[in-house]
Amino acid sequence: MTCHDYKDLMMGYLDNELSDEQRRQFEEHLAGCSECKDELEEFRKLKAITDEVTLVEPEDRIWQDYWDGIYNRIERSVGWIVFSVAAILLTIYGGFKMIEELIKDATVGMLLKVGLLALIAGLAILFVSVLRERLYFWQRDRYKNVRR
Amino acid sequence: MPSVCQEEIIAMRRCRLGSSGSFEVFVNRYMKDAYFIALGLVGNREDAMDLSQEAFIRAYRNIKHLKPDRRFFPWFYQILKNLCISHLRKRRYRQTSSLDGENCPEVAATTDYFSPEVVAGRNELKDKVWQAIGKLDDKHREVIILRHFQNMSYEQIAEALYCNKGTVTSRLYYARKKLEELLSTGKGGSINDMP
Repeated sequence: MTCHDYKDLMMGYLDNELSDEQRRQFEEHLAGCSECKDELEEFRKLKAITDEVTLVEPEDRIWQDYWDGIYNRIERSVGWIVFSVAAILLTIYGGFKMIEELIKDATVGMLLKVGLLALIAGLAILFVSVLRERLYFWQRDRYKNVRR
Repeated sequence: MPSVCQEEIIAMRRCRLGSSGSFEVFVNRYMKDAYFIALGLVGNREDAMDLSQEAFIRAYRNIKHLKPDRRFFPWFYQILKNLCISHLRKRRYRQTSSLDGENCPEVAATTDYFSPEVVAGRNELKDKVWQAIGKLDDKHREVIILRHFQNMSYEQIAEALYCNKGTVTSRLYYARKKLEELLSTGKGGSINDMP
């Protein structure tokens, strides 16, 4: 084994993650390799100074309110979904009724009626096109079965 | 990272049935881990708090997709990490685009947000270490955070990263090597010259 092969063992040795056998093997190598010995010493110093760095703990109040923050956001997102579905349904219904009235109304000009129908047909084509595109990409999504 | 317990298994079962209250078990158990990991990855208190909460919300919405034989934390960790990395990408993009198209990658460094204010019992050396951690690339910073700040074993890190222990040791080696290099830069010597 070369020094490079001992790099993983060196990390394990430093972090106390080696089995007795691995530890013995690494210590044997260390006894005859000044380069690895020096490198290990540098890593030890780095580990010591990195371990000294700790992060400021937020106040208790933050942790007490933490779950409430999440719960409120979950609740609000459900509210938004229900609201959006209802708004879409009401808009479709209202639009449909308005168009029905306009078409039945003999006082409304033919040009306006044709324009309105063209607008609806255009919107329907756009909707189907976007829906088809979404379905196409969803079926070919390489990450949809990503391990969870 | 605490080991999985009966309480967690029961809570998981209830969450699958739609009980949002049962999800509180996971939040109370992992909120501090989530916050400190996010802080280690993005370097900013407010963003870390927001991202850790958002990760819990996404986990709650998708908990039905978590296989019953899988542990919650490694799966949750992937959600949190992806959110943090995506946040960093957006932040870097905003920084570079705010320069009106000038090509200036150094301005986009993560380190700008690694404010030493989050370090407890600050001194010059600790500040330098924290900012050097902020200069590491994402995959190296991640292992340093999990090992040094979360005190996770190699096995736990491997489980969270969906990789083997060999990859963890190798990443730790290169992360520490880079960290050492960053700390020695400008001092004209090795880490052994540091106080």
